[in-house]
Amino acid sequence: MALLKLSDLKTFFHTRAGVVRAVNGVSFSIEKGETLGIVGESGSGKSVACYSLMGLIPKPPGKIESGQALFDGEDLLQMSEAQLNRIRGRRIAMIFQDPMTSLNPYLRIEDQLIEPLLLHGLADKHGARKKALEMLEKVGIPGAARRIRMYPHEFSGGMRQRVMIAMALITEPDLLIADEPTTALDVTVQAQILELIKSMQQQLNMAVIFISHDLGVVAGFCDRVNVMYSGQIVESGHTDAIFTHPSHPYNQALQRSIPALQAKGQELFTIEGQPPDLTRPVSGCAFAARCVHASHACSQTSPHLECVDEGHWSACLRVQQHEITLAP
Amino acid sequence: MSRPDQATPQPSIWPESAHSLEEAEQGHSLWQDAWHRLRKNRMAVFGGLFILVMGLASLVGPTMVTHGYQEQNLELRESPPSAEHWLGTDKLGRDLLARVLYGGRISLTVGLVATAVSLTIGLLYGTVSGFCGGKVDAVMMRLVDILYALPFTIFVILLMVFFGRDIRLMFLAIGAVEWLTMARIVRGQVLSLRKQEFIEACIALGLPLHRIILRHLAPNVLGPVIVYSTLTIPAVMLLEAFLSFLGLGVQEPMCSWGSLIKEGAEIMEEAPWLLIFPGSLFAMTLFSLNFLGDGLRDALDPRASKD
Repeated sequence: MALLKLSDLKTFFHTRAGVVRAVNGVSFSIEKGETLGIVGESGSGKSVACYSLMGLIPKPPGKIESGQALFDGEDLLQMSEAQLNRIRGRRIAMIFQDPMTSLNPYLRIEDQLIEPLLLHGLADKHGARKKALEMLEKVGIPGAARRIRMYPHEFSGGMRQRVMIAMALITEPDLLIADEPTTALDVTVQAQILELIKSMQQQLNMAVIFISHDLGVVAGFCDRVNVMYSGQIVESGHTDAIFTHPSHPYNQALQRSIPALQAKGQELFTIEGQPPDLTRPVSGCAFAARCVHASHACSQTSPHLECVDEGHWSACLRVQQHEITLAP
Repeated sequence: MSRPDQATPQPSIWPESAHSLEEAEQGHSLWQDAWHRLRKNRMAVFGGLFILVMGLASLVGPTMVTHGYQEQNLELRESPPSAEHWLGTDKLGRDLLARVLYGGRISLTVGLVATAVSLTIGLLYGTVSGFCGGKVDAVMMRLVDILYALPFTIFVILLMVFFGRDIRLMFLAIGAVEWLTMARIVRGQVLSLRKQEFIEACIALGLPLHRIILRHLAPNVLGPVIVYSTLTIPAVMLLEAFLSFLGLGVQEPMCSWGSLIKEGAEIMEEAPWLLIFPGSLFAMTLFSLNFLGDGLRDALDPRASKD
């Protein structure tokens, strides 16, 4: 049985400008020890999908309209705050994008680290302190013993992200949700942090949902990838397949937009047009207006994910009907 | 202390634990940094010291001086400062020094208690409003807007007229008026804080709401609240003086700085010391509090803190 099975999640925001369909029917599952990447541009709903799982959607204006998220057979979306609090931080942990604001500036590193352990009753104070120091050493903070009683502002950005990771993993969770954990860091630190998450994952046999808009990072890091566009998953498959046999024009266009893969001196490839306004219901494929392969049928029929190859799903009508084949 | 982000080339090779040899370094909290900055600010330090001295004097002063604040000596009416009566006497021959010290006690107490009242209400109200957001926030803030629109002096005067001149009532009345701004400040802080990732991280760690508010939200709101409180105290004292000046404040033979100034102003041509002494003490105290408040604001300003 899958560790987490999400089906038909719909998270809408009811704003004055209308109903924003941030996540519109997303389903995926993740096994123990697996790394699942979610890629997509800003506003494609990748973060909102994961925030919904953690109960972090501000309500109002947010509302989870439908869906089921079975974590070990229990539906996260139906749980009360108190029930969720027994799972959050203990079995599902999360790390955030900006290490500068994700630690409380008024508490010592040590006090923040031991909080989840004490809260979930996993250790007494003495044991928790020992574990905190151990964890801080594991995430590669030099002189951890010397620095554990310091405050966040005495740490650099990369160090703070390490502390965040230590804090998320100190309870040895089954699932880690990493929401663009390296976006705010520079490239060298980025590589270290990814390396760190990977090695911790192997030690704890933990599943990781990795949210990113950096295709390069995802390619090297994840077992499977979901590509999201305008609140829906448009392609899903093993990382190799996603990159060698793109089966959705959006995925293909995304990969062509990676500057490093293009010849020098050429104008950079861009996807024409704008992502659709999420407050307006779209008839047909949401990407049709920007798609070079779009046919008349694309703007009429709403596509659904269908298996196009073993373990490879696409929501492109024309690919499903073998009308087009896409080169990487 | 330099903290380079020492790159560990292979994070998988973790450094050997050597913590038994090393002593944990106690970091400097933002409070300690602020305290350090405050001590460098001379005006603020002077202000703080003056208030301390004034507070002590009005606390123990009335018991030290030889004359009681209500002890009349009709033979020595409106006598100028002398060796017997250092600051002179008022129109009923009461010792001005004793009355000024006693008045300080009342004025400072009004300032502190009314500020405490406004702080309590404002903190609770602002936190709830800011944290709940949405409709709750909208309703709560509209109520504040309405109360703001009431002419507050008239409100206080009405209270005094209806319920009589009770000093406890005055504490309550002034506090009830002053909490509005405090609530707005706290709400604004909470609103911006709850969008910060460490609050989201707290929720993601499974922390219950009360713990998030008390342990993580409160210390972050405290800075601006402290600053505003120090600036509320003089405002409240001024309001009390104003009420006393109108004759709505404390009742004879009790006195506050406001009522002393009023008495002094009535006969300032014959006995100017009755206006000069309480007036200048009051002004000095207000100045000191404002300097202290300004200093605190500079010291606690998050933009000035290293990040």
